[in-house]
Amino acid sequence: MLQFILKGILRDKQRSVLPIVVVGLGVMLTTFFYGYLKGVISGMLSSNAKLGSGHLKVMTREYAELEAQSPNDLAILDVPGVLQKLRTFAPDITWVPRTRFGGLLDIPDKNGDTRAQGPVIGIGLDLLSPGSTEVPRMDLKKVTVEGRIPQKPGELLISRDLAKNLHASLGETVTLISSTAGGSMAIHNFVVVGFTHFGMGPLDRNLILADLSDVQYALNMENASGEILGFMDSGYFDRDAAEAEITRFKQTELSSLLVMHSLADSQGIGDYLDMVDVYVWMDLGGMILLMTVVLWNSALMAGLRRYGEIGIRLAMGESKGELLRWLLYEAAVIGLIGATLGACAGMGINYYLQEVGIDISEMMKGSTVIMPPVLRARVLPEGFFVGFLPGLCAIVLGTALAGIGIYKRNTASLFKELEV
Amino acid sequence: MENGLIIELKGVSKSFAIGGGREFLALKGIDLEIHQGEFTGLVGPSGSGKTTLLNLMGALDNATEGSVRVLGRNVESFSHTEAAHFRKESIGFIFQSFNLLPVYTVFENVEFPLLVAGVAAEERKKTVTQALEWVGLLDKMYSRPTQLSGGESQRVAVARAIVKKPRIILADEPTANLDAENSHNILRTMVKLNQQLGTTFVFSTHDQKVIDYLRRKITLVDGRLFKDEALTPKLAGNDK
Ligand SMILES: Nc1ncnc2c1ncn2[C@@H]1O[C@H](COP(=O)(O)OP(=O)(O)OP(=O)(O)O)[C@@H](O)[C@H]1O
Ligand SMILES: [Mg+2]
Repeated sequence: MLQFILKGILRDKQRSVLPIVVVGLGVMLTTFFYGYLKGVISGMLSSNAKLGSGHLKVMTREYAELEAQSPNDLAILDVPGVLQKLRTFAPDITWVPRTRFGGLLDIPDKNGDTRAQGPVIGIGLDLLSPGSTEVPRMDLKKVTVEGRIPQKPGELLISRDLAKNLHASLGETVTLISSTAGGSMAIHNFVVVGFTHFGMGPLDRNLILADLSDVQYALNMENASGEILGFMDSGYFDRDAAEAEITRFKQTELSSLLVMHSLADSQGIGDYLDMVDVYVWMDLGGMILLMTVVLWNSALMAGLRRYGEIGIRLAMGESKGELLRWLLYEAAVIGLIGATLGACAGMGINYYLQEVGIDISEMMKGSTVIMPPVLRARVLPEGFFVGFLPGLCAIVLGTALAGIGIYKRNTASLFKELEV
Repeated sequence: MENGLIIELKGVSKSFAIGGGREFLALKGIDLEIHQGEFTGLVGPSGSGKTTLLNLMGALDNATEGSVRVLGRNVESFSHTEAAHFRKESIGFIFQSFNLLPVYTVFENVEFPLLVAGVAAEERKKTVTQALEWVGLLDKMYSRPTQLSGGESQRVAVARAIVKKPRIILADEPTANLDAENSHNILRTMVKLNQQLGTTFVFSTHDQKVIDYLRRKITLVDGRLFKDEALTPKLAGNDK
């Protein structure tokens, strides 16, 4: 029977081409859209994670309450000790201390007077230790567009746009003016060794990066750090896993002083993720609906065209149920072909986007949202079925709807209409 | 072989709703008996109810009044599925327009009823070949319907109707679209089937060529049985 159905489909192009194209396109679009959305989201999440929140973030309880102000007087004090405990607590997560701080960057002239000055946002992170995970995480080799990455204490990376504004040049000694954890004025000299360009608006305006120990020294907070970030080994943020870690963390003694937040907790990202989920479902629903209507229509037309066939087969002794089942099988086979083609095409596009990506950094100039400069899709196993199953459902549903017509009419009048 | 009562109609009427709450009486009080192995034709003017009557015998439609017994079963009480099953088992239809399935080859068209009946592939091949041999179309078995002449198409339709060896074949104006030579051809094949397999044939026809082969002619006029006469077939139909 399958053989007969396949022969029919292959020989009758009118029967198969339109539905295959409709299903294929619909599935392709859905698959592509899903992968694209997931790609954009994980790109955005990973930018946010890398540059600020981590997948998980550990802070003191008091620091967490004022987190936006980076209150370093409330920093974690015994960083080596806490790090060790965290690494035992969750060995498959990479834990790194970071300190964020604000301040002024002062560029002196020959006489030591201020030549230019501007506000900066700084991040102190491990740049110098040989096995530093931060350099690859922040993609510093690529992001440092001029000069080099710091190799010894006292060296500083500043954003290229900032350097331009302040007319700072490589090799120049600059002064960071900030406040210590204790609240007094902190003054520390750095040598600018590189300019960075992240392709993300906020970071390119006034970011400076220094080794954590330099920052600790400058801000008078030895062994302390504002935050400890955790990064999942997969490189992707897994919301459920993060929630599970947090629950587990609350049962440890660490939680008496410290709190753990997930990336989803920061800056409304959780809401955003929820919204995207709803959006995905709405999109899938809409796609199914649209495809069903189109395929219903085409099944109706095919039914009209095949009235003769239906009539003669009724006369030969097939029941309406058997006929309908045949049509549904046929639809399923057509749907399978179309959906497979469509899903493969969609996955292909996503694969291209995942590997190559579309550069949107030009478009994102001046934006205040942290968006990755290259849009990427993600190839996820479920992405295949996200389009595939709805496509299959749509054609079977469309055919079933069209088939109800056959069912409702009585054989004799059908037979008459069929003009056998 | 003409003793078994195979079709029995008693007081059969059929009315159709024709809109405006009115009904049209297409068959009026038909009493009719047809026996195993008959080669019978329904004749009469257009609109006299021939097709309607064939449809009742073939369980494609239900009588409004009276009883229709075919092969000992009460056709008028069938459910849709029972009717379908009954047709599948016992009835072969042949129509004026041949109604072959265009996407399938001659062989596959004839194979189709067997497929639907769940016959095994091996058996199908044997039986289909036999049926095609009957109608003399073995050489066209891989052709598609669009490549056939009208006569050949109708022979395929005949092969399709006989392939499952039904007890009864109902043929609604089978020669209407055929020229004289092809009509005779088809009719000779049918007579042969009738004589060698004992298949009962009921025709509806206007065609004198068909009438010339009949052994019994039932005339309908205006939905009533007007005349029922035994004939001595002028052509090929030699009684045993
Ligand atoms: N479904 C229907 N609804 C209403 N009237 C119908 C229906 N089917 C048949 N009739 C009417 O019943 C009468 C008999 O129709 P039928 O098709 O049996 O005639 P026929 O003898 O086969 O004619 P022909 O020789 O032209 O094929 C006709 O007047 C026709 O209009
Ligand atoms: Mg008729």
